[in-house]
Amino acid sequence: MLKTIRGTVLAMLMGLAALGAQPAFAQADPAVQTVTPNPGAPTPSPASPVVAGKPGDIVHIAPTAGVGVPTDKIDLQPQVTPIGGEARWFHDVILVPMMALISALVLVLLLWVIFAYNARKNPVASQTHHNTFIEVVWTLLPVIILVAIAIPSIKLLAHQYSPPKADLTVKAIGNQWYWTYQYPDNGDFEVVSNMLKEKNEVTGKEKARTDADGPRLLAVDERMVVPEGAVVKVITTSNDVIHSWAVPAFWVKMDAVPGRLNETWFKAPDHPGVYFGQCSELCGARHAFMPIAVEVVTKAQFAQWVAYKGGTMPGPKGASSPDATVGSPATEGKAAAGPVPADAAVPGTTEKPATTSQPAVAQN
Amino acid sequence: MTDIAAHPSHFHAEHGDEHHDADHKPAFFQRWFMSTNHKDIGTLYLIFAIVAGIIGGAISGLMRAELAHPGIQYLGHWYEMLHGAGTADQAHHLWNVLVTAHGLIMVFFMVMPAMIGGFGNWFVPIMIGAPDMAFPRMNNISFWLLIPSFTLLLGSTFFSGGTGPGAGTGWTVYAPLSTSGSPGPAVDMAILSLHLAGASSILGAINFITTILNMRAPGMTLHKMPLFAWSVLVTAFLLLLALPVLAAAITMLLTDRNFGTTFYDASGGGDPILYQHLFWFFGHPEVYIMILPGFGMVSHIISTFSKKPIFGYLGMAYAMVAIGVVGFVVWAHHMFTTGMAVDTKMYFTAATMVIAVPTGIKIFSWIATMWEGSLSFQTPMLWAIGFIFMFTVGGVTGVLLANGGIDNYFQDTYYVVAHFHYVLSLGAVFSLFAGFYYWFPKMSGRMYNELLGKIHFWVFFIGVNVLFFPMHFLGMQGMPRRYPDYPDAYAHWNTLATHGYEIMVAGMAVFFVNVIYSLIAGPKAPANPWGEGATTLEWTLPSPPPYHQFEQLPRID
Repeated sequence: MLKTIRGTVLAMLMGLAALGAQPAFAQADPAVQTVTPNPGAPTPSPASPVVAGKPGDIVHIAPTAGVGVPTDKIDLQPQVTPIGGEARWFHDVILVPMMALISALVLVLLLWVIFAYNARKNPVASQTHHNTFIEVVWTLLPVIILVAIAIPSIKLLAHQYSPPKADLTVKAIGNQWYWTYQYPDNGDFEVVSNMLKEKNEVTGKEKARTDADGPRLLAVDERMVVPEGAVVKVITTSNDVIHSWAVPAFWVKMDAVPGRLNETWFKAPDHPGVYFGQCSELCGARHAFMPIAVEVVTKAQFAQWVAYKGGTMPGPKGASSPDATVGSPATEGKAAAGPVPADAAVPGTTEKPATTSQPAVAQN
Repeated sequence: MTDIAAHPSHFHAEHGDEHHDADHKPAFFQRWFMSTNHKDIGTLYLIFAIVAGIIGGAISGLMRAELAHPGIQYLGHWYEMLHGAGTADQAHHLWNVLVTAHGLIMVFFMVMPAMIGGFGNWFVPIMIGAPDMAFPRMNNISFWLLIPSFTLLLGSTFFSGGTGPGAGTGWTVYAPLSTSGSPGPAVDMAILSLHLAGASSILGAINFITTILNMRAPGMTLHKMPLFAWSVLVTAFLLLLALPVLAAAITMLLTDRNFGTTFYDASGGGDPILYQHLFWFFGHPEVYIMILPGFGMVSHIISTFSKKPIFGYLGMAYAMVAIGVVGFVVWAHHMFTTGMAVDTKMYFTAATMVIAVPTGIKIFSWIATMWEGSLSFQTPMLWAIGFIFMFTVGGVTGVLLANGGIDNYFQDTYYVVAHFHYVLSLGAVFSLFAGFYYWFPKMSGRMYNELLGKIHFWVFFIGVNVLFFPMHFLGMQGMPRRYPDYPDAYAHWNTLATHGYEIMVAGMAVFFVNVIYSLIAGPKAPANPWGEGATTLEWTLPSPPPYHQFEQLPRID
């Protein structure tokens, strides 16, 4: 398996997927364009001009190898958010070398005493049992190392807790054993996200997983969809036991606790993609089977998807309508052109969210 | 500097304690079922810990078998063997039962009974020159409480625990999974099991504190006391302060479950996070409870086989005290993703990292003890040196995990599993084996087989590293804990880890062969098989020691 993904190894080593993922997304794009009527879903709201010409759900972007999905490499998952980038730097540049050096130091010292002071080479043991100077040194030296770690660590925490103004709020609600996503800024519609089963496991009308949906145990029927580049505020809570909403590629993990509203955030990458995570707090029998999938789409596609789900786009009506009508053709052209041009056509579609109306987060 | 280790010649037991009466043993039933003798109770604890260790280790074997390949291979079959035909959810629930049982058994019924009950009972009274523990009958009840406790835990497997039979809450028993999420008697039985084990440990802690503070031989000041006794003293205080908090936490679980209270239920004004605070206020000191006696044992072994007094005795003793004290104010680093305020996270990050300082003092002092020593590498020494390095590796990943900002990635991943198995399965367990081989001649009167002991060490050392090191890589790729099945990308390292388990089991087979062979046919052990480096009082007594030692107290000058 290690060999099959060699093509993307370089990209993954870059850490920031923005560099490596771009060409890969271009390949995945054809799938994005397909529009399927979904009989089970609510009828598209006729009020929204966004979907006038395109009623229907977006089909899942196929995952890019090595980005947003786990691999068997000895590395962190590539980070696609600024916080993830900072944390990854802290991990790769400060923490791992620190761990390696201290372990190596102890190993070398142990090997040295084993070879230099074994009974054959050193039959008579010294009886030294005290040396104030060296004891002070090995007390103070770790203190200095720890302070050197603590500074970037505290900085990282401070950055994690200073989110920019949110463009979008999504409420992620844990249930035994699936996630639901509510979009309070967009008319408070709800998306129920269940894991997709394998072909040989489905019964009746259930949809089986395809590779475009994502890897086994990670693919879901309804992903949490966010627009590219948006600062997304995620409010987590639960309807039953504690779950934990986690997306490793975003460096995000927040427990979903019944009776509490926890807040976290991430800045979505500036290009479409899909990022997977898994429930990270033991929640009962199907704990391993309630994955998380976040799909980043163009702003036009997001508006289209929101409308399809029966939601509304916030912001001044007059401004959003012309933008949105431009959005559809721009999206159409993307199959050939790649994801980039679509952005320019739909400025402001997702802006001015009603995030301030959200309840404050339990912060203790 | 008046430390005892620096003046081994000061240890001289009076020789009047070997006359006939001292070795008069009661009849079998009286001796083993109504025992008030600290050495016999210690032996009972060790046998209990070995039995529990076999069960807990076998459960981890089941888990490694299931995790060897992606997909659910065996859980359904095992469920059917235990309970008859069931649903997929019930099979998955069985996974959670296995995870829970492995954790609880290894913590409460293997490591703690072996360290404190076993070696603590056997050697603390001897090392401080006391004839027995302060409260011999309380010592007896401490041990015998463990039997119903363990029975309750194992029995809970056969009672309803919600989705399926057995308690599937994880060893942390988080509410509300353990309250509204797990109807049926299984979780109540597990909670009662913890209550009994906790009561047993509190009684034991009172006994050790009283014994160590009041029954040291004339002349043995606290600052002359061997480090193992120090480590047990600190551990006993941790037990005494931490376990009542656990008892309170799980009592509130019981009333939430059965009597309509809402301590942990937000809909009634409670809070599930309160449980986590209470649990980890106990749970974090608990990890030091599991490792501190190991620190003590390793100190003696390193000193013995280096033929040198322990380096920096006072620093070593007070480093343990510091670890114990700081260990009480870092608990919320287990809860970094529960939604804490940033200031709280910063505090717990900084406080947690402070523990690295006294731990570093210990690591470097052990190396300094070996420095310019005359090292011989009998089996206990191999385990002790292995302990130092493996504990260092587990320690540095602990510093990584101490960072609150980092835990948004690593919390509840296999990285955490790797970390705590490096400090426990390769730390605490290595020290247990070190202590076992070190004191086996003293306890049994027979020498173990050196070659088998060394084979055991090397096979086990390779096995556990192959087993646990790849878990770091799984965690770095984000694989969550407590999963019976995983995306195929995680298969590579999981398969390797399972092979590591197989190697480890081979090592354990050598261990059991060695123990059985040595008990039956091992050569008779002299009073002190380790030579001039072994300076504590137990080596002044014959092997095995008389049934009652020190009828005339030794004097320490």
